Amino acid sequence: MSGTFVGMPAFPKAAQRAVGNETLRGNLRHATHTIRAKRATAVSEVSDWAALREAGKQIKDHTLRHLDRYLEQLEASVTAAGGTVHWAADADEANRIVARLVRETGESEVVKVKSMATQEIGLNEALEAEGIRAYETDLAELIVQLGKDRPSHILVPAIHRNRGEIRDIFRSQMGEWGRPAPEGLTDTPAELAEAARLHLREKFLRAKVGISGANFMVAETGTLVVVESEGNGRMCLTLPETLISVVGIEKIVPTWRDLEVFLQTLPRSSTAERMNPYTSMWTGTADEDGPRTFHLVLLDNGRTDTLADEVGRQALRCIRCSACLNVCPVYERAGGHAYGSVYPGPIGAILSPQLRGTASEIDASLPYASSLCGACYEVCPVAIDIPEVLVHLRERVVEGGQVTREGNKVVLQPAKGHAAERAAMRAARWAFTHPGALRTGQRLASRTRRLHPRSLPGPGRAWSGTRDLPPVPPEPFRDWWQRTHGGEDVK
Amino acid sequence: MSSRERILGRVRRALADVPQDDTPYDQAIERGYLREHGERSVAKTVDLLAENLADYRAIVHRCTADDLAATIAGILAARGSKTVLVPPGLDAGWLAAADAEHVPDGSGSTPHELDRVDSVITACAVAIAETGTIVLDGSPDQGRRRITLVPDHHICVVRVPDQVVSSVPQALERLDPVRPSTWISGPSATSDIELDRVEGVHGPRTLEVVLVG
Repeated sequence: MSGTFVGMPAFPKAAQRAVGNETLRGNLRHATHTIRAKRATAVSEVSDWAALREAGKQIKDHTLRHLDRYLEQLEASVTAAGGTVHWAADADEANRIVARLVRETGESEVVKVKSMATQEIGLNEALEAEGIRAYETDLAELIVQLGKDRPSHILVPAIHRNRGEIRDIFRSQMGEWGRPAPEGLTDTPAELAEAARLHLREKFLRAKVGISGANFMVAETGTLVVVESEGNGRMCLTLPETLISVVGIEKIVPTWRDLEVFLQTLPRSSTAERMNPYTSMWTGTADEDGPRTFHLVLLDNGRTDTLADEVGRQALRCIRCSACLNVCPVYERAGGHAYGSVYPGPIGAILSPQLRGTASEIDASLPYASSLCGACYEVCPVAIDIPEVLVHLRERVVEGGQVTREGNKVVLQPAKGHAAERAAMRAARWAFTHPGALRTGQRLASRTRRLHPRSLPGPGRAWSGTRDLPPVPPEPFRDWWQRTHGGEDVK
Repeated sequence: MSSRERILGRVRRALADVPQDDTPYDQAIERGYLREHGERSVAKTVDLLAENLADYRAIVHRCTADDLAATIAGILAARGSKTVLVPPGLDAGWLAAADAEHVPDGSGSTPHELDRVDSVITACAVAIAETGTIVLDGSPDQGRRRITLVPDHHICVVRVPDQVVSSVPQALERLDPVRPSTWISGPSATSDIELDRVEGVHGPRTLEVVLVG
């Protein structure tokens, strides 16, 4: 993955800063609770949800188990339908391919459909360096781009912004990128959306090159599918003469029929709708309808490394619905930026450290960005056991072991920062197997509670630097139990 | 080594632990889910389509084949549309009573020209009752994808009950993957600002569906 988030502090530090921001917490709480309730209603409308979820899981697992075969089949069917297929092993290669394809059209501007894959590889920045300006056209992505900000949610990238902030961004920034915001723009969502419509329509109508990702690619037919709400996707996919789609290799489904599962589960899981307003499907190029030239860039960028991990590979089932973000108590408080990755929330906590490896401080901290409550697993429409993968990755960070990086097997060293944790666990094991010592220690702790520091000294400082120390009660639980239950000992 | 070979090689090495399995794909997946949700009469399925279209804020009209031209003329007049974009294969009778000037969609028309048209009228390939979705597949009575996107007002005629299915699985069975398709559920909408739904960001702000039959 590219260094989009270089310099990002590790999750605990970033999260601590975020939870202190009351506006952010308010925006996030409102948004996640709204969509959470709606999603539950949308899912309860379909009585066969469990069967759809199981079928989705099996289709994705089957595809991953035969990924080489389906990639070759997809390449053949896209080519037969008039498209050109390119293969990119990493972000740099994908960016080079896209920049070259744009340059070959002679254009220096492109319109973009919201796409996680192009964010992951830092395509906009790479194109900028080549003198090509990429315009984000999804309303939320526009807000993020104009605000020189970073997305904080997979589905609603500007979820951390309220209407007042958005109005200010539009007023001050739109003019720098094209048509300025209308005079006297207020903060009503309808007016803000109208301002975006006018600003972007100018770009859509003149654009010659469109760039997209895809939600699904059908191996047997070569069909690509983009699911969206606003119509900006349709604009980018049909008006330009050239379309370039950058898609992760895990986005394949084997057959046309498989779409019947995901077109039922994806909208309900993500926007909590029976169906999203617009879905576009195209197979290569069509006569006089849509782009005359179609390029598909198949992106690895850490996916085959993830595939090599027997526990972690299930993360590649993800259809990017973002349901796990909306139910996560940690995401709700910390926000998406704290994860330091384009994939925030529970799925980001398992996907990013696998795609990028756990060498950086932020990636090593991500498997800990969870309370392991399991809500993410419950809502996942393809049944990714996120808690299982989190625990697996924690073990890898602490213990080290063999992993695959860029196709090669390497041995990972145990993470440095965890020596104190290992020592603490050893100490705890000793205390719990010596009840007398434990009791004495607890009483002593209670009596000296007024003298306790707010953070731990010595090696514990790192731990308490990002956690609030729990207050010690005035009396140990066992003493309280004995006192109030007539001297019976704890059973 | 090309990146193609590199990636395929990595995939094969990554899957070294996975046992060989040659079960044919149509037997490999448990498809225990439903083909449609609930049993409904044909008339009820059409009612459900109308209900779900309206729930996603499409304006729904119902009429008989004899009344279709008058209904369409009424819709265009009420909107004050002076021009209406017409795909090449549209039944000419549908617009027989309309005053609006017909603009044929030609391959030479630019997006700017499409942007100046008041309304567009099309048929559809199939409509899905459970989700309130109409699907266009670029057939001659529906035209190119762009014509239902750029103008601000889209009138779509659905022949009921022939073109109505209950569910997403039934719709996919009827569609040809080779044709570019657009699935439309209500007008363009966004919920990007504090999750408040706003209609009409980039696609048509008004979708009117005429159920004829």
